[in-house]
Amino acid sequence: MAKEPKVHMQHKKLSNAIAYVVLILISIIWLFPFVCLVLQSFRSYILESGGMVNYLLPKTFSLDSYKFLFSKDCQFFRWYGNTFIIAFFVTIFQTIFILSVSYALSRMRFKGRELLMRLWLVLGMFPGFLSMICLYFLLKEFGLTQEGAIPGLILIGFASSGMGYYVCKGYFDTIPKSLDEAARIDGANRAQVFTIMLIPLSKPIIIYTALVAFMAPWCDYIFASYVAFGYSDSYNVAVALRRWVWTNDYQGYFTRFCAGGVLVAIPITILFMCLQKYYVEGVTGGAVKG
Amino acid sequence: MSKDKKPSGAAGKVTGFFKWLGADLADIGTTFTKGDWKTKVSFLIMGFGPLMRKQFLRGAAFLLLEIAFIYYMAAFGIGYLKDITTLGTSGRGFNPDGTVSYGDNSFLILLFGVLSIILILLFLYVWRLNVYQNKIGEQMLREGKKLPSSKQDFMSLLDENFDKTLMALPMLGVFLFVMLPIIFMICVAFTNYDANHQAPAKLFTWVGFSNFANLFSFGSTGFGKTFVSVLIWTLVWAFFATFLNYFLGMAVAILINKKGIKFKKLWRTILVMTIAVPQFVSLLYVGKMFAADGLINGYLMKWGLISSAIPFWENATLARILVIIINLWVGIPYVMLICTGLLMNIPEDLYESAKIDGANPIQMFIKITLPYMLFVTGPFLLTQFTGNLNNFNVIFLLTTGKPQSMNLTGGAGYTDLLVTWLYKMTLDQTDYKMAAVIGIMVFIVTAVISLVVYNVLPSVKDEEGFQ
Repeated sequence: MAKEPKVHMQHKKLSNAIAYVVLILISIIWLFPFVCLVLQSFRSYILESGGMVNYLLPKTFSLDSYKFLFSKDCQFFRWYGNTFIIAFFVTIFQTIFILSVSYALSRMRFKGRELLMRLWLVLGMFPGFLSMICLYFLLKEFGLTQEGAIPGLILIGFASSGMGYYVCKGYFDTIPKSLDEAARIDGANRAQVFTIMLIPLSKPIIIYTALVAFMAPWCDYIFASYVAFGYSDSYNVAVALRRWVWTNDYQGYFTRFCAGGVLVAIPITILFMCLQKYYVEGVTGGAVKG
Repeated sequence: MSKDKKPSGAAGKVTGFFKWLGADLADIGTTFTKGDWKTKVSFLIMGFGPLMRKQFLRGAAFLLLEIAFIYYMAAFGIGYLKDITTLGTSGRGFNPDGTVSYGDNSFLILLFGVLSIILILLFLYVWRLNVYQNKIGEQMLREGKKLPSSKQDFMSLLDENFDKTLMALPMLGVFLFVMLPIIFMICVAFTNYDANHQAPAKLFTWVGFSNFANLFSFGSTGFGKTFVSVLIWTLVWAFFATFLNYFLGMAVAILINKKGIKFKKLWRTILVMTIAVPQFVSLLYVGKMFAADGLINGYLMKWGLISSAIPFWENATLARILVIIINLWVGIPYVMLICTGLLMNIPEDLYESAKIDGANPIQMFIKITLPYMLFVTGPFLLTQFTGNLNNFNVIFLLTTGKPQSMNLTGGAGYTDLLVTWLYKMTLDQTDYKMAAVIGIMVFIVTAVISLVVYNVLPSVKDEEGFQ
């Protein structure tokens, strides 16, 4: 191989050079909006403007927008806390639900199993917001809207999550059943097999499930805006910040939206990057098995 | 017996069902006639037999279920159920003495009516189980076997019946939060529930198929034209959003996987940023970048390339192209992640031998990489396609379906997908009946595409291929 013809070598170098140029271009395109977002969040509200402008670099560096978020007349941290609480509880319950359903469907053969899977598949083909009004009134009957929107949103977040068992069940299917049988011969019952043996073996898929569950409430706009309708104490960050951009006088609130966006994005992004490995494993497995 | 031809198709299923039903009823009959007095009482008081046979847990469970059911029906169920054919007759008005009379609430009548019907069916099933339990209990005692004790019953919930323990809550959740609302909304599609018939102040009622007729009527007030236009755009969008993302994502994955490229992890991490950052931040921001007073127009004008702002979001065609392009920004990293792992699974010697045969990279891609990837990711492409049909976030956060037009009814805009239209119909127009109809249409489109594609997918037909 060392004696490759010179033309060939040059050809290879050229193609690599082109590849690098393309990759750098791609990186710029992909990072550009994020860089803009961060830069604009540092624009001064007083000296320049809080709205949209036709230049990128702020003329003076200032923390006005961040100061506003931390000030008393802004409920940003309440909204932030709301979202975190929702995400936290949804993560716990959703992970338990998905693991339970996946174990039952992967390991046990019970009457109506096939029927149930087919029924859930069909139910999944209906658009989720179809049931929005109905859910709203159901929650309202129990006082879980407006003031009570946080528990209401937690409930909506995880209640039907059992239907999303595909990836996790696919993973359980790959763990040999002979392990279960061995444990059962040693006297363990199903519950013990599940909690003592299977769960420790499923760390990657549990992390994946939890990560996906945790990220979803940070983007939830539809149900959050509907259930918390008009009651700003119950907003989550998506609802609140979207109002800043669209319905409020966004000329004043645009940089504040940028600052809020940065504060939301940083922890989520760091968390995601740390657990990226598990995420990739989960989506790849899910994609191949369908 | 084997000479009997089995009736096939739907007719066969119907006759099969009636045969099963007949056998089942006969079994209930013999259980009653041949059963002892405990069993006979159990037909009326559920769980009586098991209680008398010292299976306290089972007996108590049956008895409690019966009490709960009777309480529910007496307290709510019957009241709502009797009105379900009319959805209420007396609207809100004033009593002769001047106080407000609240009248009927059509919404609650429909909701609890549907719930009651389902509960009655479930109760019948539980009652049947109760009869069966008695039959088995009697049989076992007759044969001199010991019945499982309450403790054994309880322990079985952690062992052979562990599935029931695990599935109970998730199934309840799906039932209450998905199934019941969907059945309710399907019913709404056959009523006139809209802004003019808002419960609780006004009544709404059954109208048959007139909403569906409205959806397919092409007059000036009908939804026909708008529906067709939105449906076509939804399909076009889903097609481009799926396949452009797929091929470009694969191309990027191949580029990063290329031999001799360094910092592979860095490139991937940069792309993955769009998955990590919550979409409402990134998409709202990108949407604003392309606004008339946004960054892109601002710079283009400053540099003198254009004299007036490009109407990215105001022009229907531009807006449609732009959402597809921005969706690339969102979707490519996702496909890239999936493809990266899969590309490494392709045996290296396939490429080596192709190289020896003198194949160039493009030929190798078409002959080796692409068939393999299409085969492996077939189900993924299908879920992506149906997911894109319902891709609410990208459209809603970027354009909210705008630009709006007078040519479209029901508040639809040119970038509206069926789902975003459904959302608007529910929230802005409060036209629940048409929202329900559109929801059913979305279901039909998704189901038809899934069924058709699923049946032609090679990886479903031939599970062993490529292995």
